[in-house]
Amino acid sequence: MLKLKKLVKTYRTGDQALKSIELEVPEGQVLALIGPSGAGKSTLIRCINRLVEPTSGEVWLGDIELTHLKSSGLRRARREMGMIFQEYALVERLTVMENVLSGRLGYVGFWRSLTRRFPQSDVDEAFRLLDRVGLLAMADKRADELSGGQRQRVGICRALIQNPKLLLVDEPTASLDPKTSRQIMRLICELCTERGLAAIINIHDVALAQMFVQRVVGLRFGAVEFDGPPEALTPDVLTTIYGEEDWEATIKKVDDDGNEIEAAE
Amino acid sequence: MSTELEAVLGKTWKRPPFISNQLLRRGLALAFVAYLIAAYLTIDINWSRVYEGLDRGAQFALAFTNPDFTSRASDIWGGLLESVIITVAASVVGILISIPIGLGAARNIAPLPVYLICRGIVAISRALQEIIVAILLVAIFGFGPLAGFLTLSFATIGFLSKLLAEDIESMDRVQAEAIKASGARWAQWINYGVQPQVMPRLVGLSIYRVDINFRESAILGLVGAGGIGATLNTAFDRYEYDTAAAILILIIVVVMALEYISGIVRARVQ
Repeated sequence: MLKLKKLVKTYRTGDQALKSIELEVPEGQVLALIGPSGAGKSTLIRCINRLVEPTSGEVWLGDIELTHLKSSGLRRARREMGMIFQEYALVERLTVMENVLSGRLGYVGFWRSLTRRFPQSDVDEAFRLLDRVGLLAMADKRADELSGGQRQRVGICRALIQNPKLLLVDEPTASLDPKTSRQIMRLICELCTERGLAAIINIHDVALAQMFVQRVVGLRFGAVEFDGPPEALTPDVLTTIYGEEDWEATIKKVDDDGNEIEAAE
Repeated sequence: MSTELEAVLGKTWKRPPFISNQLLRRGLALAFVAYLIAAYLTIDINWSRVYEGLDRGAQFALAFTNPDFTSRASDIWGGLLESVIITVAASVVGILISIPIGLGAARNIAPLPVYLICRGIVAISRALQEIIVAILLVAIFGFGPLAGFLTLSFATIGFLSKLLAEDIESMDRVQAEAIKASGARWAQWINYGVQPQVMPRLVGLSIYRVDINFRESAILGLVGAGGIGATLNTAFDRYEYDTAAAILILIIVVVMALEYISGIVRARVQ
């Protein structure tokens, strides 16, 4: 469904962030992208929806090639790709509802969005999603009144209301405590299964990635170093991705504590 | 213990100076002091003239104890009203024009040609001081409030566009990026991703500019651009210090009222 061909990104400073990446993600697959800081994980997912312009190579989403799209085509393609950010990236002075509905901006006209008169189906869907993540009561709160975990759930709603085929997830748990991190990862993965979504999840926490995903891709210096199932992540593999370190503790199977499912608060 | 560590142990520590070359550092400090002394010495003070002027100053200050609001009441109210009209009209027009120019003058959202044009407009507006613009516009449009209105609109553009653009440039890029990633159009992106981030500052600056425009309108009268300044100028010309004092007190009251209102509004939009 998503196919990257010889994707290269060279920044103006001359740093080669991505060196000819080849990657294929089939429909419905949740993939974790791991690797040290500066390996190009963020650049990779931003090159897919062109928040960062790739230098060369191709990105295929279904049968559309994204790197050559003009602005209106690009907007239509971006609707198919929901993005979830590190540090949530909610617009802090907008309400929770406005933040969720902003995921529909690619579908509604300017005047409707300016006057906040979204179609009833969009409003219903926004309420449904907020209810699904346990934040229905927060709809009219301002985004900066929420806690970190709550904000990230709003971020998830914003991505899902786009009705995307693919989720691009950039360090979803980087600023969350361990328990909330797991809840958020579990929520993302559950929602992907429910909706048959494919996802690329950038993540630092190798153990967390192993708990939830079907496939792990390891990036180092802008190149794919590992591609396989989570069980195949041996200390040797982690050494090739991150460098020498004692990895036994990292990949020891972590107990999944309880079922404190999505709606904790 | 490493030899590197041994070498530094027991030594006092000081913050490295801003200019590391000691000779240059002391030389610069010395040159600055010397210049300062020389500069003060060149200010020529005519003490006998100051002594004579004290008398007139005292008269002026005394007038404040006895301001005369009544004998020129209709002139004062007329002037004040004209100033308020100039202020409101110029602020509204100035702010409306400033917003698109401010968007264009923010490097992170405007393409380079637009950016250069908008920055050019801002630079011109800021380079020309209000009084100079007013003198020019009075020459073109004649005495009266039209020249004052146009002057202040023009000055508002330079002030507000620049500060709005700088606020946009320092916004959180990721919040705006998230809106872009949803497939929003440019205008929607501005409305959802940028506007909420800069709105409190825009409102605060706008109110501040209303405040400035009122004060400026009092000055512009001195060069014939209408408003309370014209009344003030006339009062000075006639040596009617009591009327002048009344006008100054009114200006102070209005400015303080505006300051108070702006404080309330700014606290509420945060």
